[in-house]
Amino acid sequence: MQTEELLMALSNAVGPSGREDRTAQIIMDFFTDGEGRHWITGLERDRLGNIILRKAGSGSQPPRLMLAAHMDEIGLIVTSFEEGFLHFSTIGGVDQRVLPGQEVIVHGREDLPGVIAAKPPHLQQPDERKKAVKMEEMVIDLGLAADRLTALVRIGDPVTVKRNCSVLRNNFYAGKAMDDRACVVALVECLRRLKNVQHEAEVLAVITVQEELGVRGAFVSAFGLNPDLGIAVDVTHGEMPGVADYEGFKLGQGPVIVTGPQVHPLIFAKLKNAAEAGKIKYQVEAEVTPRGTDAYAIQIAQAGVATGLVSIPLRYMHTSVETLALDDLKETGRLLAEFITQIDRGFLEGLACY
Amino acid sequence: MKELLRNLTAIAAPSGREEPIRALIREELAKYCDELRVDSLGNLIAFKRGGKTKLQLAAHMDEIGVVVTAIDEEGFLRFANVGGVNPHRLVGQRVRFQNGTMGVIGAEKIDDIKELTLDKLFIDLGVASAAEARAKVHVGEMAAFEHSFVDLGQRVVAKALDDRVGCAVLIEALKRVRKPANDLYCTFTVQEEVGLRGARTSAFGLEPDLAIAIDVTATGDTPEAMKLAMKLGAGAAIKVKDVSLITHPRVKDLLTELAEKNNIPYQFEVLPYGGTDAGAIHLTKAGIPAGVISIPCRYVHSPSEMVDLNDVEAAVRLVVAAMEQPITL
Amino acid sequence: MLLKELSELNGVSSNETAVRHFIRDRLQGKVETLHTDRLGNLIASQGQTKKGPKVMLSAHMDEVGLMVVGIETNGLLKIKTVGGIDERVLLSKRVLVGPQQIPGVIGAKPIHLQEREERQKPVPLSALFVDIGATDRSDAEKAVKIGDLIAFDTKAACFGDGLFKGKALDDRAGCAVLLNLIENRYDLPLYYAFTVQEEVGLRGATVAAYGINPDLALVVETTSAGDVPPLKKHQASTRLGHGPAISFMDRTLIVQPKLVEALVAVAESAGIPYQFRQTTTGGTEGGAINQTRTGIPAAVISIPCRYIHSPVGVLNLNDFAATIKLVDAVLKNIAQRGLPV
Repeated sequence: MQTEELLMALSNAVGPSGREDRTAQIIMDFFTDGEGRHWITGLERDRLGNIILRKAGSGSQPPRLMLAAHMDEIGLIVTSFEEGFLHFSTIGGVDQRVLPGQEVIVHGREDLPGVIAAKPPHLQQPDERKKAVKMEEMVIDLGLAADRLTALVRIGDPVTVKRNCSVLRNNFYAGKAMDDRACVVALVECLRRLKNVQHEAEVLAVITVQEELGVRGAFVSAFGLNPDLGIAVDVTHGEMPGVADYEGFKLGQGPVIVTGPQVHPLIFAKLKNAAEAGKIKYQVEAEVTPRGTDAYAIQIAQAGVATGLVSIPLRYMHTSVETLALDDLKETGRLLAEFITQIDRGFLEGLACY
Repeated sequence: MKELLRNLTAIAAPSGREEPIRALIREELAKYCDELRVDSLGNLIAFKRGGKTKLQLAAHMDEIGVVVTAIDEEGFLRFANVGGVNPHRLVGQRVRFQNGTMGVIGAEKIDDIKELTLDKLFIDLGVASAAEARAKVHVGEMAAFEHSFVDLGQRVVAKALDDRVGCAVLIEALKRVRKPANDLYCTFTVQEEVGLRGARTSAFGLEPDLAIAIDVTATGDTPEAMKLAMKLGAGAAIKVKDVSLITHPRVKDLLTELAEKNNIPYQFEVLPYGGTDAGAIHLTKAGIPAGVISIPCRYVHSPSEMVDLNDVEAAVRLVVAAMEQPITL
Repeated sequence: MLLKELSELNGVSSNETAVRHFIRDRLQGKVETLHTDRLGNLIASQGQTKKGPKVMLSAHMDEVGLMVVGIETNGLLKIKTVGGIDERVLLSKRVLVGPQQIPGVIGAKPIHLQEREERQKPVPLSALFVDIGATDRSDAEKAVKIGDLIAFDTKAACFGDGLFKGKALDDRAGCAVLLNLIENRYDLPLYYAFTVQEEVGLRGATVAAYGINPDLALVVETTSAGDVPPLKKHQASTRLGHGPAISFMDRTLIVQPKLVEALVAVAESAGIPYQFRQTTTGGTEGGAINQTRTGIPAAVISIPCRYIHSPVGVLNLNDFAATIKLVDAVLKNIAQRGLPV
């Protein structure tokens, strides 16, 4: 499967936090039956559902490097019924303002198409539009009679936005769940590039679950693997009106290498070296507490992991039209591969001497 | 069950001060398990042998309360919360310290109810001086809210049903279980109300294959309540999601199948706030599949929490069913 | 003066290197083991082979500060806070930027150009900047990089009646307490952890405690003193001059009652003044350590300090000395009698 196809398939796939199986299956298939099977030396799924792709290193005592990108997406969840409609709450950080008029799929006993009700302007009070509609007041309309509804849907069923990925000009891709499946694809790109490359480090590419609920998959996978080094790969904000230029990064100008308390200074430096060695354009972001990425969890696993963070610029994060440049994704994969080839035992030993 | 609930809720044991409740549960269970031990944070673990799979069942012993932070010249006590305490529910409440000292909560003069914060409240021990107060309690001592148990027939009202009802369910299940099919680690945890602390360290030590917490959940069945599906009397609630956990799909399915197979009334639960011990347990070490059996409860964290005994019974039966079902995940 | 030297070093969370090197130099040859872990914690030990409970002393090296997150075209630096800082203390202060300690100032709009109402509202962080005198962005980029950390530029000094003022006393004062104990010998395995990144979420202590896996941890901290108007007496967490503060509970930790009693008993029998930390707000490394592995008993002893997390804090040197005495007495007590819990 080509990179573009995989990106679109993953963007369109269903996999809200804690219910990632359908998205996981696409990745598992790619690495068990697809071309990816030749690129790795092992694949497993842990008890919380993280996918761990292993590629052995060539050293006798290889440094163990964990890469992490999360496969879960934000979503909604059914909380109660009211006269044939559904009330819902969120899975992860959903802006209630993007919901009215959105087409959704309720994952009940079967997938059921529905819409989130939006009150027509004609029926609104004059000043109603000055306030955002509260999520507690919204309902999902499945067009089903109340008894059919309760037969097909149960409390706790997940709901996702229905959205097909679209290709914009200049190979910009827009769709849902690009956060963080674009980065999953970047890991795939990295492994693709490493297929015929000797590297000393053992690579543990982890496709994590439940990031959007508090980087939960990363906590347990990092503990279980206890790596020496970790790189989280996630999205960061793309430039757009209303976002300060130091908080929004340019699309198409390459991966963003992050510095801040969660990043080991020598990993940060090594990532920049790797970019320069590979002639990869990159941008730098200073982030004080990136609690919202897997790096947050990996760094404090067991007795501590030297951690880095690489991001892909993404506009309109946590909407269903998240937009990024394909080039940034590919270059991120290349950066990771370049970084991996540079890691050896000596680098590892140097990490504690600073 | 009513007597057990009455006894369990009569005890004052805020987070970090669980000694008396632990002693009572220990006594209740002595005959019904193979081993009883207390770990370094104070969790009580009752072990009963049964099979290869390690099943941790967790109910927390602690309750919300207050802790004395200062004693003034006149002998009034200033205090902070232990766990989630709403200042608006406190004025006029009575508190009981573990040494039996009683006090009532008063407020400074407040013009606007919105200004009512904890540091405008104080505890009056009925003493006339700081010295008299110090003879009764000291800074750092904790008290629980005092309210008597009320038997309304099918439903009961008490303070600290969160989570003494969970403790009662677990105690009763251990007494009833005939043929456990899993190794049972019934854990009565500490410090849940201040951040799931006992559960976290207990799970690290036990490293179970599967964990089920037993706790209360809120309901949406009172006038103009938040839109929640849970109702009193509609059965044990199988949690799908709260802030701390989205239940592992196979654990949710397991509990659902057990309820259906044994004709146990059940309902699903999505709670948009709050968390339980399962939240801490499932993130332990390399990850532990976890779920929650909840008992619907009205007025949680008030001195008058209400549960329905049918739901309690359903929860007991569901816990027993899980104990007796050979589990492979 | 050790306290002055430590205070004047810059070690904003995640770049504690200068502090680590300073402390490491003072530990060389005086401890049995000494290493830096992958997060930058400096861990030393004494008496590893001794019997008795393994005790961990912890004090954090990092301080609150700022980080450069952007550079404007005119050369001014955009900033974010690292750790909990009240933005209102930032205006009109001197700072040092990055590893080269570039001097800078945090400017403010002249009062003449303000509307009357403006003075009633705090200036939001998004409107604050650091001026290093750069002529434009490219000039600034010669001296400063995105991600550089910024520390307050404050000279430490004794003043008043036995008081001491300086920045970063939270928790360099704790580091100084530990360094004062290092030449003592206790009859138990003792670990000194000088930790990183406390101010951004107790992160250093979390992994240090996991690695050390002690039987008991004593956290030596600095805590806010509230003996300043307009705070009322019952709102004052601690008071200067009344000795080290013993915690019974904070946002992250409930200290086991027996451990509190033991600390009190040691202080009373040794005639060391003490007070309780009369608030439950704020978190400490004790919380993170307590939740490590199967649960590690932890206690917190703090030096009261006014105006922490600002460019200048104030502590009482008698409290500092008494804290050294108390920790020393507690260690001796544990070596003799074993764990109090």
